[in-house]
Amino acid sequence: MHPRLTQKIAHAVLLLATLLVVLPVLIILAIIVGKGASAISWDFLFSMPRDGMTAGGIFPAILGTLYLVLGAIIFAVPLGVLAAVYLVEYSSDNWLSRLVKLSIVNLAGVPSVVYGLFGLGIFVTFFGFGASILSGSLTLGIMILPVIITSSREALESVPKHFRIVSLSLGASRWQTIRHSVLPHALPGILTGMILGLGRAAGETAPILFTVAAFYLPRLPQSIFDQTMALPYHLYVISTQVPGIAENVRYGTALVLLTLVLLLNLAAIILRSRFRRKKKW
Amino acid sequence: MVDAPVKFSIRAFHVRYGQFFALRDLHLDILANEIFTVIGPANSGKTTFLNSLNRLIDLVPASRCSGEIKLDDVDIRHGMEVEALRRKVGIVFALPLPLPLSIFENVVYGLRMQGIREPQRLAEAVERSLRESYLWEEVKDRLSTPAMNLSGGQQQRLCMARILAGQPDVLLFDEPTSGLDPISTARIEETMLVLKEKYTIVLVTNNVAQAARVGDRTAFFLMGDMIEASATSKMFTAPADKRTSDYITGKFG
Repeated sequence: MHPRLTQKIAHAVLLLATLLVVLPVLIILAIIVGKGASAISWDFLFSMPRDGMTAGGIFPAILGTLYLVLGAIIFAVPLGVLAAVYLVEYSSDNWLSRLVKLSIVNLAGVPSVVYGLFGLGIFVTFFGFGASILSGSLTLGIMILPVIITSSREALESVPKHFRIVSLSLGASRWQTIRHSVLPHALPGILTGMILGLGRAAGETAPILFTVAAFYLPRLPQSIFDQTMALPYHLYVISTQVPGIAENVRYGTALVLLTLVLLLNLAAIILRSRFRRKKKW
Repeated sequence: MVDAPVKFSIRAFHVRYGQFFALRDLHLDILANEIFTVIGPANSGKTTFLNSLNRLIDLVPASRCSGEIKLDDVDIRHGMEVEALRRKVGIVFALPLPLPLSIFENVVYGLRMQGIREPQRLAEAVERSLRESYLWEEVKDRLSTPAMNLSGGQQQRLCMARILAGQPDVLLFDEPTSGLDPISTARIEETMLVLKEKYTIVLVTNNVAQAARVGDRTAFFLMGDMIEASATSKMFTAPADKRTSDYITGKFG
């Protein structure tokens, strides 16, 4: 075949493949926005569901998701960042650190429904927290730990080695060096990982299924030991479990969840690009 | 020079990286207020030697040291905290390595780590040490600008100021001019000659001529052994060992 022709075919195939990747995203967005936008209103976002969830708003689900995400972050970020600091700055390459790294990789590969069962076994039953915001947050927290540890490790490892050597050579202790010459420069990367974890925690259904999510609650949760409604589970419920719910309410709920997760991911992207631009070493 | 007190006393000192001996059986005294220069080809143990004096060698995971180094008669491994040692024995690296902070914050970094906070004291230390490293006039109006914006030679003098702020005893220089142009090099060398009035200086250099210009005494290292150490003038006119004369006349290295 003529080289020019093969070149053209290759170009066309590559372009087609790329477009096929973009297409589903655009179609999903178009359908959800098209069918759900009409449901979005002040009332929809900030009022309680009424009439067996066929009318009213989804406020408890939004609030519940925010609580769960916040709880997961409070639990997972300190733990994950400290573990990453230990792995990068303190541990030498021995069997323990290899074991920890291996566990983290494996933790990242565990299906989310398994986290749900794990949370049910440990937090709900064994620790006796019951189905509660606490149990759900802890379960989500464990699920996003690998994301946070991995991104924190990458952020710490990307801080040039000579920052540490210079700091130590000026008489700083090891911890002072980490605190003043490593962590500040790793912070944007750590934050990026945190936000990605946040987005993941907001969107998952399986981990909260057995640990916290309520089918319907007539009131908002009063403490961390209460159950709560949450967006992903609410979406599942109104789409499959309750008949007679208007289409635009279902798609509207999906739109709210999607927007929340996209906004979080967008924030992570912006943060990361600003970090790259500021970097001068 | 002969009557000067001994600053560093090194006895039977070895450094190993795994099975590889980077320094073997080193016996050496470094005297107060001298510029002691170390020359030798790559992998001769010069930088290992320098890093041993302030225990930066500890950062190399596979390194094992044995023997004894005393600073002012105190064992640097067992007689003092490593942080205190590094404040007394500052090091300027081959490349200018300012921290990504302002000029001011670079200079006071060591002081802040000691817990010194009084603005007055910090400001005084900045002016004193920047004057000592001949950088003050060039940067006094822009102390709050990033140190990364300075030229290479200025950055290297900032690194000197950063050490001087902590009022050390000894300054270690690890090929400090290898990345600089001749004019910046000359300024660093002049600065060293002034600084030896107050400090003891150990200079590792790849540049034999630099050792001849600024050194009081010079040691020649080869593959982890110190071949000889003597007054710089003697070393460059009548070296005791054939390998030394071969190296300084450029026959190898």
